[in-house]
Parts: sequence; C-alpha cells; structure tokens
Amino acid sequence: MNRVVVTGLGIYSCIGKNLDEVTNSLYNGRSGIGIDPVRKEMGFRSSLTGIVERPKLKGVLPRSQRVKLAEESEYAYLATLEALKNAQINDDYLDNNEVGIIYGNDSSALAVINTVDMMREKKDTMLLGSALIFQSMNSTITMNLSVIFRLKGINFTISAACASGSHSIGMGYLLIKTGLQEMVICGGAQEVNPYAMGNFDALSAFSINQADPTKASRPFDRDRDGLVPSGGAATVIIESYELAKKRGAKILGEIIGYGFSSNGDHISVPNVAGPVRAMELCLKDASITSDEVDYINAHATSTPIGDEYEAIALDQLFGSSKPFISSTKSSTGHECWMAGASEIVYSMIMMEKSFIAPNLNFDNPAKESAKLNIVAETKEANINVLLSNSFGFGGTNSAILIKKIMEN
Amino acid sequence: MTNEEVISKIKTVLIDEFEVEEEDLDSSAVIMDALDIDSLDLIDLVVVIEQNFGFKVETQEMAEIKTLQDFYVYIIKKLN
Repeated sequence: MNRVVVTGLGIYSCIGKNLDEVTNSLYNGRSGIGIDPVRKEMGFRSSLTGIVERPKLKGVLPRSQRVKLAEESEYAYLATLEALKNAQINDDYLDNNEVGIIYGNDSSALAVINTVDMMREKKDTMLLGSALIFQSMNSTITMNLSVIFRLKGINFTISAACASGSHSIGMGYLLIKTGLQEMVICGGAQEVNPYAMGNFDALSAFSINQADPTKASRPFDRDRDGLVPSGGAATVIIESYELAKKRGAKILGEIIGYGFSSNGDHISVPNVAGPVRAMELCLKDASITSDEVDYINAHATSTPIGDEYEAIALDQLFGSSKPFISSTKSSTGHECWMAGASEIVYSMIMMEKSFIAPNLNFDNPAKESAKLNIVAETKEANINVLLSNSFGFGGTNSAILIKKIMEN
Repeated sequence: MTNEEVISKIKTVLIDEFEVEEEDLDSSAVIMDALDIDSLDLIDLVVVIEQNFGFKVETQEMAEIKTLQDFYVYIIKKLN
C-alpha cells in the first residue's frame, strides 16, 4: 500500500480568493456572510448567504473553454489553478504524466434553469447553443477541467450532498493507496446563485438572523437557528509519497485515514451512530487512537439538531482526550458540496501555520457542546493530527484524518 | 442597411462573440479557421445570427457556407 500525501491546496471562497487571503481571514476570524437582496424579492425565507464574487475569466481562458463553465466550474478552475501552482505542477508535467481528477459537486441548477427558460421562450433546441449541456451536468467540473488541464487519469464527479468534497478526497486517497493512480486532483465546488438554494430554503433549514449576518452562523452555540448557504471551490492535490519525494515537492501533510458510513435512517435528519461509525472507521484505517487527534474541524453547520448530534458523537469518541474543535462554517457558512474539500484546505492552513481558527459566535455553549473543547478565539497551537468531518442528506458521512510530516 | 453596413455589422458581431481581431476576418478565409472554432462553436454561430439578425440558419444551409464571403452573401440574401 502507498502512503498518500497532500502537496497542493487552492481555494476560492467567501473568506478569500486565494490561500493568502483565506489564511488572513481564518486567523482574524473574519466572516464572509452577508445578505443577497435578490433573495428577498424571490420570496426566500432567509436572504443570508456567503458573498462570493463571480470570477472574470475573459482573457484568462479562450472563449471555447470559458463558455462551457458553469458558475461552480469557474470557481473550481481558479482553485485548481492555484493548487497546481502550489504543488509545483506545470504544463509539461500534466502533458507527460497520468494525472486524474475526482471532484465533488451535486448540482448545476443555474445552468439547468437557464436551459429550461430558453427552451420555453425559443421553442427550438438549436437556439440553446453548444455550451449549456456542458454547464448543466453535475460532472461539469470534471469534464471541463480534465480538458483544460489535459488530464489523462481517473475522471469522474462524486455527488454525495454535503459530503461530496470530502468523499472526493477519500476516493482519490484510496486510488493512490492501492497504486491505481499516482496523482489525483480532488476537490469540491458549490454554486452560490439563489436558484441553487431556493428548494433548500424551503426546508426552513437556514438561519433567519438577518439583522446581523456575521452572527447568523453559530455552530454549537445555544442560540443557533440554522445554517447559512455559501459556496466557491477548493482543490487538494494528492499523490503518492514516493512521487512527491521523487518530484522534490513540499509535502503539506499525509492522509492517514478515510472513514465513511450511511445512516440508513432519515433523508434529512442526521443521527449519532452513523457519524460515529465513519469516524471509528477513519481512526481504524489510520491505525491511531482517538487521543492522538489534536484538532477536529467539525461538520457542524449551525442547525439545532445536526450540531447537537455531532456534539454527542464527538463526546462519545473524544470525550476523554478533548481535542480542540471548531467549525469554520461559523466564518464561511455551509459550503455544501464544496465543504468537505474546503475544510481540509482550511484545516491544513491551520496545521501549517500552527493556529486554530475560531468557532465564531460560540457565546453560550449548548448542553451537549459544553462537554467539548470548542475554540472560540484564535488559538496558537501545534496540530500534528487533524480530523475533518462531513455529513450530507441521505445520511452519507465522511471523515478524513491528516497528519503533519516533519521531514520537509 | 447597405451591403457594406451588413458586412460591417457581421464583422462586429463575430469580433465580439468569438473574440477575434478584424485582421483575422479575411473574406476568402474558411469561416472555421478565421474564427478559430470547431463544430461545437459552429452551433453558437446559429444562435448569434438569430440574436443579431432575427432569423434562424437551417443546418443544411450552414453546411454550404465555407468562407466568410459565403457567409456575408448568405446573410445579405436572407435579409433581402
């Protein structure tokens, strides 16, 4: 079995458009959440959202490549460009080696809706143009980026709700561990436009604390009232340890475990047992015990039930060792299909810079979260082993363990 | 519109949509070469004509258009 390491990170999110900006935001506890006035006009229960600027790619990519990108594919392109640069992968390397891509994405609603609107207006499919099909499919990111970056390895998309990004890294890890691939571009992306979130808003799952947007996302806090939708993209370049050493790449961390499970229960209400099994499998895969984990980036989205159940699960497994815990969703909102990948990026930034980003708005612990070691203010701390949790609709759970490598 | 005005409008539309320079638009050039497009982009040309000139090019007619000059003549004929 091969050891699997992370050598490149890239990020485009509501708290920064690159690693430097995001590092500053994490350290300073900056929130990227605001109000989208259009949502009020559209009848949303909550107009809160992560504020993400649409990239301007004219002049960056040729027209024929650019027009086929959906909103989330644009974010993924920029995050991947940064991650490849971070990993010191150039065009020559991409042309002469088998690099794969597995990305998490579970919707491309805006492109689908644009298609349907035009079909209704024009009543002639020839007038839809050539690009909408490549924007509309869930695999829009992997199909476009594999062409733009001329990738020749594994090539598919993972749709697993809010655990999509995490599972993409887990699957890439398994392929490299077993020797089927040497290097895989993994990640997750999430569209931010209101059309993607209307039916989610219908579930009354979003915070309605619109008077003070930066206080709305408050994972584990007693007064949390729902999540705040958000988006962007995050890319993680993973490869075998041997390849990284051969390339002379800087190793940012080693993926030592991947665990997963399905709740086999309710479609939207989580439970305790499913996440516990995913985390247990992850610890077993890594051959470590729970007391070796220094930091947990919790899934905690700021919903009343989700955070409560995750707090119980975390206390079951980590109650005696009490590692530091925070949910970066307090700054970013819930980046949904992207979250599992972005939270690996956020956590690995913390690992490299030796700090823990605060769980914003943790003013009053809820009964269950009072038992956890939740970090409410930025804390200087050495992280040797981190755990990142991601859970999604349908009861899909994913957990990833990453360890610092000291030999660079 | 005079023929010259139609050709000028076509050039403006092509330069804007397909991001080419005016000097790329030599009348005798094969349209796909001049615009640096493939068969997928050709579908977008149908959309661009409909949006800017108000009529839809039939696929069969499009197949007969080779050069930019053919394209100009075709559009002028359709507008008359």
